[in-house]
Amino acid sequence: MSAFRALIVRDLRLAFRAGGEAMTLVLFFVMVGVIVPFAIGPDRPQLTRLAPGIVWIAAFLSMLLGLDRLFRSDDEDGSLGLLQHSVLPLEAVVAAKVIAHWLVTALPLLVATPVLALLLSMSWEQWWRTVLALAIGTPALTSFGAIGAAVTVGLRRGGLIAPVLILPLAIPVMIFGVGTMDQMAGGGATLFLIALSLVVTAFSPFAAALALRTAGE
Amino acid sequence: MNQPERFPPVFAPPNVTVRGLGVSRGERVLFADLSFEVQAGGVLLLRGPNGVGKSTLLMTLAGIVRPDAGEIEGIGREDVHLLTYQSGLKGRLSVSENLQFWRDMNGATGTQLDEALERVGIGGLAGLEAGYLSSGQLRRLALARLLVSARPVWLLDEPSAALDAAGERLLGALIDAHRGAGGIAIVATHHDLLLAEARGVETIVLGGPA
Repeated sequence: MSAFRALIVRDLRLAFRAGGEAMTLVLFFVMVGVIVPFAIGPDRPQLTRLAPGIVWIAAFLSMLLGLDRLFRSDDEDGSLGLLQHSVLPLEAVVAAKVIAHWLVTALPLLVATPVLALLLSMSWEQWWRTVLALAIGTPALTSFGAIGAAVTVGLRRGGLIAPVLILPLAIPVMIFGVGTMDQMAGGGATLFLIALSLVVTAFSPFAAALALRTAGE
Repeated sequence: MNQPERFPPVFAPPNVTVRGLGVSRGERVLFADLSFEVQAGGVLLLRGPNGVGKSTLLMTLAGIVRPDAGEIEGIGREDVHLLTYQSGLKGRLSVSENLQFWRDMNGATGTQLDEALERVGIGGLAGLEAGYLSSGQLRRLALARLLVSARPVWLLDEPSAALDAAGERLLGALIDAHRGAGGIAIVATHHDLLLAEARGVETIVLGGPA
Protein backbone atom coordinates (compact mmCIF):
# COMPACT_ATOMS: atom_id res chain seq x y z
CA MET A 1 0.00 0.00 0.00
CA SER A 2 1.29 3.47 -0.77
CA ALA A 3 2.34 5.45 2.28
CA PHE A 4 -0.23 8.16 1.62
CA ARG A 5 -3.09 5.67 1.54
CA ALA A 6 -1.71 3.76 4.50
CA LEU A 7 -1.85 6.90 6.62
CA ILE A 8 -5.45 7.65 5.64
CA VAL A 9 -6.48 4.05 6.30
CA ARG A 10 -4.80 4.08 9.70
CA ASP A 11 -6.51 7.29 10.77
CA LEU A 12 -9.89 6.03 9.59
CA ARG A 13 -9.37 2.75 11.44
CA LEU A 14 -8.45 4.57 14.62
CA ALA A 15 -11.48 6.82 14.30
CA PHE A 16 -13.86 3.90 13.80
CA ARG A 17 -12.37 1.89 16.64
CA ALA A 18 -12.60 4.84 18.97
CA GLY A 19 -16.20 4.93 17.74
CA GLY A 20 -17.77 7.37 20.11
CA GLU A 21 -15.69 10.40 19.23
CA ALA A 22 -16.85 10.87 15.66
CA MET A 23 -20.43 10.18 16.70
CA THR A 24 -20.20 12.88 19.36
CA LEU A 25 -19.65 15.51 16.71
CA VAL A 26 -22.64 14.39 14.65
CA LEU A 27 -24.74 14.28 17.79
CA PHE A 28 -23.67 17.80 18.65
CA PHE A 29 -24.54 18.94 15.14
CA VAL A 30 -28.02 17.44 15.37
CA MET A 31 -28.52 18.66 18.93
CA VAL A 32 -28.14 22.27 17.87
CA GLY A 33 -30.85 21.64 15.31
CA VAL A 34 -33.06 20.12 17.98
CA ILE A 35 -32.80 22.90 20.52
CA VAL A 36 -33.07 25.87 18.16
CA PRO A 37 -36.81 25.39 17.40
CA PHE A 38 -37.46 25.37 21.11
CA ALA A 39 -35.47 28.56 21.61
CA ILE A 40 -36.99 30.44 18.68
CA GLY A 41 -40.47 29.02 18.86
CA PRO A 42 -42.29 26.77 16.43
CA ASP A 43 -42.80 29.44 13.82
CA ARG A 44 -42.18 27.51 10.62
CA PRO A 45 -41.58 30.37 8.15
CA GLN A 46 -39.16 31.94 10.58
CA LEU A 47 -37.32 28.66 11.13
CA THR A 48 -37.03 28.19 7.39
CA ARG A 49 -35.59 31.65 7.05
CA LEU A 50 -33.03 31.09 9.78
CA ALA A 51 -32.15 27.55 8.74
CA PRO A 52 -29.00 28.35 6.68
CA GLY A 53 -27.45 30.29 9.53
CA ILE A 54 -28.32 27.63 12.07
CA VAL A 55 -26.90 24.81 9.97
CA TRP A 56 -23.63 26.68 9.49
CA ILE A 57 -23.31 27.56 13.15
CA ALA A 58 -23.92 23.91 14.05
CA ALA A 59 -21.42 22.64 11.49
CA PHE A 60 -18.88 25.27 12.43
CA LEU A 61 -19.00 24.52 16.14
CA SER A 62 -18.93 20.77 15.79
CA MET A 63 -15.94 20.96 13.47
CA LEU A 64 -14.09 23.20 15.90
CA LEU A 65 -14.83 20.68 18.64
CA GLY A 66 -13.09 17.90 16.73
CA LEU A 67 -10.00 19.88 15.80
CA ASP A 68 -7.90 18.91 18.74
CA ARG A 69 -7.82 15.26 17.70
CA LEU A 70 -6.06 16.01 14.43
CA PHE A 71 -2.44 15.98 15.62
CA ARG A 72 -2.53 15.67 19.39
CA SER A 73 -2.58 11.90 19.85
CA ASP A 74 0.10 11.45 17.19
CA ASP A 75 2.21 14.02 18.95
CA GLU A 76 1.77 12.39 22.34
CA ASP A 77 2.76 8.88 21.30
CA GLY A 78 5.69 10.01 19.17
CA SER A 79 4.14 9.11 15.81
CA LEU A 80 4.46 12.67 14.60
CA GLY A 81 8.21 12.71 15.20
CA LEU A 82 8.63 9.36 13.47
CA LEU A 83 6.50 10.44 10.53
CA GLN A 84 9.05 13.15 9.85
CA HIS A 85 11.41 10.37 8.80
CA SER A 86 8.91 8.56 6.63
CA VAL A 87 9.12 8.36 2.87
CA LEU A 88 6.41 11.01 2.67
CA PRO A 89 7.31 14.67 3.06
CA LEU A 90 5.63 16.17 6.10
CA GLU A 91 3.37 18.22 3.84
CA ALA A 92 1.94 15.02 2.36
CA VAL A 93 1.58 13.55 5.85
CA VAL A 94 -0.50 16.57 6.83
CA ALA A 95 -2.56 16.35 3.64
CA ALA A 96 -3.34 12.68 4.28
CA LYS A 97 -4.33 13.43 7.86
CA VAL A 98 -6.54 16.32 6.76
CA ILE A 99 -8.33 14.10 4.24
CA ALA A 100 -8.90 11.43 6.88
CA HIS A 101 -10.06 14.05 9.36
CA TRP A 102 -12.52 15.47 6.83
CA LEU A 103 -13.92 12.00 6.14
CA VAL A 104 -14.39 11.38 9.85
CA THR A 105 -15.69 14.75 11.02
CA ALA A 106 -17.32 16.47 8.03
CA LEU A 107 -18.79 13.69 5.93
CA PRO A 108 -21.00 12.44 8.79
CA LEU A 109 -22.39 15.97 9.09
CA LEU A 110 -23.42 15.88 5.43
CA VAL A 111 -25.12 12.57 6.05
CA ALA A 112 -26.93 14.00 9.05
CA THR A 113 -28.33 17.04 7.23
CA PRO A 114 -31.70 15.42 6.43
CA VAL A 115 -32.41 15.31 10.16
CA LEU A 116 -31.67 19.00 10.46
CA ALA A 117 -33.69 19.74 7.34
CA LEU A 118 -36.68 18.08 8.95
CA LEU A 119 -36.25 19.86 12.27
CA LEU A 120 -35.85 23.27 10.66
CA SER A 121 -38.61 22.65 8.09
CA MET A 122 -36.42 23.20 5.07
CA SER A 123 -37.70 22.72 1.57
CA TRP A 124 -36.10 20.16 -0.76
CA GLU A 125 -34.40 22.96 -2.59
CA GLN A 126 -33.01 24.37 0.62
CA TRP A 127 -31.79 20.98 1.82
CA TRP A 128 -30.03 20.33 -1.44
CA ARG A 129 -28.28 23.72 -1.22
CA THR A 130 -27.29 22.93 2.35
CA VAL A 131 -25.55 19.75 1.29
CA LEU A 132 -23.85 21.59 -1.56
CA ALA A 133 -22.66 24.43 0.66
CA LEU A 134 -21.36 22.11 3.36
CA ALA A 135 -19.64 19.89 0.82
CA ILE A 136 -17.79 22.88 -0.61
CA GLY A 137 -17.20 24.75 2.62
CA THR A 138 -16.16 22.06 5.10
CA PRO A 139 -12.82 21.27 3.40
CA ALA A 140 -11.90 24.90 3.97
CA LEU A 141 -12.90 24.64 7.64
CA THR A 142 -10.89 21.44 8.07
CA SER A 143 -7.87 23.02 6.38
CA PHE A 144 -7.96 26.16 8.48
CA GLY A 145 -8.40 23.87 11.44
CA ALA A 146 -5.30 21.89 10.51
CA ILE A 147 -3.22 25.06 10.64
CA GLY A 148 -4.67 25.94 14.04
CA ALA A 149 -4.15 22.43 15.36
CA ALA A 150 -0.57 22.33 14.10
CA VAL A 151 0.30 25.65 15.71
CA THR A 152 -1.10 24.58 19.08
CA VAL A 153 0.09 20.97 19.10
CA GLY A 154 2.97 21.77 21.44
CA LEU A 155 0.69 23.36 24.00
CA ARG A 156 -0.50 20.92 26.59
CA ARG A 157 -3.89 22.54 27.00
CA GLY A 158 -4.16 23.91 23.50
CA GLY A 159 -7.58 22.40 23.00
CA LEU A 160 -9.47 25.66 23.02
CA ILE A 161 -6.79 27.90 21.59
CA ALA A 162 -6.90 26.45 18.08
CA PRO A 163 -10.58 27.33 17.55
CA VAL A 164 -9.98 30.86 18.82
CA LEU A 165 -7.01 31.21 16.47
CA ILE A 166 -8.81 30.14 13.35
CA LEU A 167 -12.14 31.78 14.11
CA PRO A 168 -11.34 34.99 12.23
CA LEU A 169 -9.96 33.01 9.29
CA ALA A 170 -13.03 30.84 9.10
CA ILE A 171 -15.58 33.63 9.12
CA PRO A 172 -15.40 34.18 5.34
CA VAL A 173 -16.23 30.49 4.92
CA MET A 174 -19.32 31.06 7.00
CA ILE A 175 -20.36 34.20 5.10
CA PHE A 176 -20.08 32.61 1.68
CA GLY A 177 -21.42 29.31 2.98
CA VAL A 178 -24.64 30.96 4.09
CA GLY A 179 -24.68 32.91 0.83
CA THR A 180 -24.49 29.66 -1.12
CA MET A 181 -27.58 28.41 0.68
CA ASP A 182 -29.58 31.57 -0.04
CA GLN A 183 -31.86 31.09 -3.05
CA MET A 184 -32.14 34.82 -3.63
CA ALA A 185 -28.42 35.39 -4.04
CA GLY A 186 -26.85 34.54 -7.37
CA GLY A 187 -24.05 32.07 -7.92
CA GLY A 188 -21.42 34.57 -6.82
CA ALA A 189 -21.25 33.33 -3.25
CA THR A 190 -20.92 29.74 -4.42
CA LEU A 191 -18.02 30.60 -6.68
CA PHE A 192 -16.33 32.52 -3.90
CA LEU A 193 -16.80 29.58 -1.54
CA ILE A 194 -15.32 27.18 -4.09
CA ALA A 195 -12.34 29.46 -4.68
CA LEU A 196 -11.77 29.96 -0.98
CA SER A 197 -11.99 26.25 -0.28
CA LEU A 198 -9.58 25.32 -3.07
CA VAL A 199 -6.99 27.90 -2.09
CA VAL A 200 -7.06 27.04 1.59
CA THR A 201 -7.00 23.30 0.99
CA ALA A 202 -3.99 23.60 -1.28
CA PHE A 203 -2.15 25.98 1.01
CA SER A 204 -2.82 24.53 4.46
CA PRO A 205 -0.59 21.40 4.32
CA PHE A 206 2.44 23.62 3.78
CA ALA A 207 1.53 26.02 6.57
CA ALA A 208 0.66 23.21 8.97
CA ALA A 209 3.83 21.24 8.18
CA LEU A 210 5.89 24.36 8.82
CA ALA A 211 4.19 24.80 12.18
CA LEU A 212 4.74 21.15 13.10
CA ARG A 213 8.43 21.32 12.26
CA THR A 214 8.83 24.35 14.48
CA ALA A 215 6.83 22.74 17.26
CA GLY A 216 9.19 19.76 17.32
CA GLU A 217 12.10 21.87 18.48
CA MET B 1 22.16 -17.14 19.55
CA ASN B 2 24.04 -14.93 17.18
CA GLN B 3 23.47 -16.80 13.99
CA PRO B 4 24.13 -14.63 10.96
CA GLU B 5 20.98 -12.96 9.74
CA ARG B 6 19.86 -11.96 6.35
CA PHE B 7 19.62 -8.25 5.89
CA PRO B 8 19.28 -7.22 2.29
CA PRO B 9 22.06 -4.69 1.74
CA VAL B 10 19.75 -1.93 0.52
CA PHE B 11 21.68 1.03 1.83
CA ALA B 12 25.07 2.40 0.97
CA PRO B 13 27.62 2.14 3.81
CA PRO B 14 26.86 5.11 6.04
CA ASN B 15 29.43 7.36 7.59
CA VAL B 16 28.24 9.82 10.19
CA THR B 17 30.43 12.81 10.89
CA VAL B 18 29.62 15.44 13.47
CA ARG B 19 31.74 18.55 13.78
CA GLY B 20 31.58 21.27 16.40
CA LEU B 21 28.02 20.54 17.39
CA GLY B 22 26.45 22.88 19.92
CA VAL B 23 22.95 22.41 21.27
CA SER B 24 20.98 24.24 23.91
CA ARG B 25 17.50 23.76 25.28
CA GLY B 26 15.94 27.04 26.23
CA GLU B 27 18.63 29.02 28.02
CA ARG B 28 20.62 25.97 29.02
CA VAL B 29 23.63 24.99 26.94
CA LEU B 30 23.79 21.21 26.87
CA PHE B 31 27.01 20.85 24.96
CA ALA B 32 29.21 22.92 22.76
CA ASP B 33 31.75 21.89 20.19
CA LEU B 34 31.01 18.19 20.15
CA SER B 35 32.70 16.21 17.39
CA PHE B 36 32.74 12.54 16.55
CA GLU B 37 32.68 10.16 13.65
CA VAL B 38 31.02 6.78 13.26
CA GLN B 39 32.02 4.49 10.43
CA ALA B 40 29.86 1.85 8.77
CA GLY B 41 29.41 -1.04 11.17
CA GLY B 42 30.26 1.11 14.16
CA VAL B 43 28.43 1.62 17.41
CA LEU B 44 28.54 4.79 19.45
CA LEU B 45 27.43 4.68 23.05
CA LEU B 46 26.29 7.88 24.72
CA ARG B 47 26.74 7.89 28.45
CA GLY B 48 26.23 10.38 31.18
CA PRO B 49 23.91 11.22 34.04
CA ASN B 50 20.22 12.01 33.59
CA GLY B 51 19.46 15.32 31.98
CA VAL B 52 22.87 15.76 30.43
CA GLY B 53 21.49 15.82 26.89
CA LYS B 54 21.79 12.27 25.56
CA SER B 55 18.26 12.22 24.23
CA THR B 56 18.57 15.75 22.91
CA LEU B 57 21.70 14.76 21.02
CA LEU B 58 19.80 11.89 19.42
CA MET B 59 16.94 14.22 18.52
CA THR B 60 19.45 16.62 17.02
CA LEU B 61 20.99 13.86 14.94
CA ALA B 62 17.48 12.89 13.86
CA GLY B 63 16.94 16.44 12.64
CA ILE B 64 14.10 17.16 15.04
CA VAL B 65 16.03 19.57 17.24
CA ARG B 66 17.97 22.29 15.45
CA PRO B 67 21.56 22.72 16.63
CA ASP B 68 22.98 26.14 17.51
CA ALA B 69 26.24 25.45 15.77
CA GLY B 70 28.16 22.75 13.96
CA GLU B 71 27.31 20.35 11.21
CA ILE B 72 26.05 16.81 10.90
CA GLU B 73 26.95 14.84 7.83
CA GLY B 74 25.76 11.50 6.60
CA ILE B 75 22.27 11.41 8.08
CA GLY B 76 19.53 12.07 5.57
CA ARG B 77 15.90 12.35 6.50
CA GLU B 78 15.10 8.86 5.27
CA ASP B 79 18.24 7.19 6.66
CA VAL B 80 17.15 7.17 10.26
CA HIS B 81 15.30 4.90 12.60
CA LEU B 82 14.58 6.68 15.84
CA LEU B 83 13.60 4.60 18.85
CA THR B 84 12.60 6.49 21.98
CA TYR B 85 10.24 5.84 24.86
CA GLN B 86 7.55 7.26 22.56
CA SER B 87 7.01 4.24 20.38
CA GLY B 88 4.51 5.66 17.89
CA LEU B 89 2.34 2.59 18.37
CA LYS B 90 -1.43 2.75 18.63
CA GLY B 91 -3.16 0.72 21.29
CA ARG B 92 -6.30 0.49 19.19
CA LEU B 93 -4.56 -1.15 16.26
CA SER B 94 -3.44 -4.75 16.23
CA VAL B 95 0.22 -5.66 16.45
CA SER B 96 0.44 -6.46 12.76
CA GLU B 97 -1.55 -3.36 11.74
CA ASN B 98 0.85 -1.18 13.70
CA LEU B 99 3.86 -2.81 12.12
CA GLN B 100 2.38 -2.82 8.62
CA PHE B 101 1.64 0.90 8.96
CA TRP B 102 5.26 1.75 9.73
CA ARG B 103 6.42 -0.58 7.00
CA ASP B 104 4.24 1.35 4.55
CA MET B 105 5.41 4.71 5.88
CA ASN B 106 9.13 3.94 6.03
CA GLY B 107 9.39 1.78 2.94
CA ALA B 108 9.14 -2.00 2.69
CA THR B 109 12.87 -2.44 2.38
CA GLY B 110 13.47 -4.83 5.27
CA THR B 111 12.19 -8.20 6.39
CA GLN B 112 8.65 -9.47 6.10
CA LEU B 113 6.12 -8.73 8.82
CA ASP B 114 5.83 -12.25 10.25
CA GLU B 115 9.56 -12.73 10.13
CA ALA B 116 10.20 -9.54 12.07
CA LEU B 117 7.59 -10.40 14.70
CA GLU B 118 9.09 -13.88 15.11
CA ARG B 119 12.53 -12.37 15.40
CA VAL B 120 11.57 -10.09 18.30
CA GLY B 121 9.69 -12.91 19.99
CA ILE B 122 6.07 -11.78 19.66
CA GLY B 123 5.18 -13.88 16.63
CA GLY B 124 2.08 -15.33 18.28
CA LEU B 125 0.54 -11.95 19.05
CA ALA B 126 0.10 -10.54 15.54
CA GLY B 127 -3.68 -10.27 15.78
CA LEU B 128 -3.82 -8.83 19.29
CA GLU B 129 -4.57 -5.16 19.88
CA ALA B 130 -1.34 -3.45 20.85
CA GLY B 131 -3.08 -1.88 23.84
CA TYR B 132 -3.03 -5.28 25.54
CA LEU B 133 0.73 -5.71 25.26
CA SER B 134 2.99 -5.33 28.26
CA SER B 135 5.57 -2.57 28.08
CA GLY B 136 8.29 -5.13 27.34
CA GLN B 137 6.26 -6.56 24.47
CA LEU B 138 5.57 -3.05 23.19
CA ARG B 139 9.29 -2.40 23.19
CA ARG B 140 9.83 -5.57 21.18
CA LEU B 141 7.19 -4.42 18.71
CA ALA B 142 8.98 -1.08 18.46
CA LEU B 143 12.19 -2.98 17.69
CA ALA B 144 10.38 -4.91 14.96
CA ARG B 145 9.71 -1.55 13.30
CA LEU B 146 13.47 -1.20 12.77
CA LEU B 147 13.58 -4.55 10.99
CA VAL B 148 10.75 -4.15 8.47
CA SER B 149 12.37 -1.10 6.90
CA ALA B 150 16.10 -1.26 6.34
CA ARG B 151 17.78 2.01 7.28
CA PRO B 152 21.47 2.64 7.81
CA VAL B 153 21.40 4.71 10.99
CA TRP B 154 19.69 3.57 14.18
CA LEU B 155 19.29 6.18 16.89
CA LEU B 156 18.28 4.33 20.04
CA ASP B 157 17.31 6.04 23.26
CA GLU B 158 17.42 3.64 26.21
CA PRO B 159 16.49 0.71 23.96
CA SER B 160 16.70 -1.84 26.76
CA ALA B 161 14.12 -0.09 28.93
CA ALA B 162 11.39 -2.55 29.96
CA LEU B 163 13.17 -5.48 28.31
CA ASP B 164 13.84 -8.69 30.22
CA ALA B 165 17.17 -10.55 30.12
CA ALA B 166 16.22 -12.41 26.94
CA GLY B 167 15.11 -9.09 25.48
CA GLU B 168 18.48 -7.53 26.20
CA ARG B 169 20.22 -10.43 24.47
CA LEU B 170 17.82 -9.97 21.55
CA LEU B 171 18.64 -6.26 21.39
CA GLY B 172 22.35 -7.04 21.30
CA ALA B 173 21.82 -9.59 18.53
CA LEU B 174 19.74 -7.15 16.50
CA ILE B 175 22.37 -4.45 16.76
CA ASP B 176 25.04 -7.02 15.85
CA ALA B 177 23.10 -8.03 12.77
CA HIS B 178 22.56 -4.39 11.87
CA ARG B 179 26.29 -3.76 12.17
CA GLY B 180 26.96 -6.85 10.13
CA ALA B 181 24.95 -5.33 7.31
CA GLY B 182 27.09 -2.20 7.54
CA GLY B 183 24.67 -0.15 9.61
CA ILE B 184 25.44 2.32 12.36
CA ALA B 185 23.88 2.42 15.81
CA ILE B 186 24.08 5.41 18.12
CA VAL B 187 22.76 4.37 21.48
CA ALA B 188 22.04 6.38 24.61
CA THR B 189 21.97 3.91 27.46
CA HIS B 190 22.81 3.29 31.08
CA HIS B 191 23.02 -0.45 30.57
CA ASP B 192 25.74 -2.37 28.84
CA LEU B 193 24.72 -3.63 25.45
CA LEU B 194 25.23 -7.34 24.94
CA LEU B 195 27.21 -7.13 21.74
CA ALA B 196 29.18 -10.01 20.30
CA GLU B 197 31.94 -7.82 18.99
CA ALA B 198 33.48 -5.07 21.09
CA ARG B 199 35.60 -3.72 18.27
CA GLY B 200 34.19 -0.63 16.64
CA VAL B 201 32.25 0.29 19.76
CA GLU B 202 33.06 3.75 21.01
CA THR B 203 31.78 5.63 23.98
CA ILE B 204 31.19 9.31 24.53
CA VAL B 205 30.57 10.44 28.09
CA LEU B 206 28.52 13.60 28.07
CA GLY B 207 28.52 16.11 30.88
CA GLY B 208 31.92 15.42 32.34
CA PRO B 209 33.04 17.64 35.20
CA ALA B 210 31.94 21.06 34.03
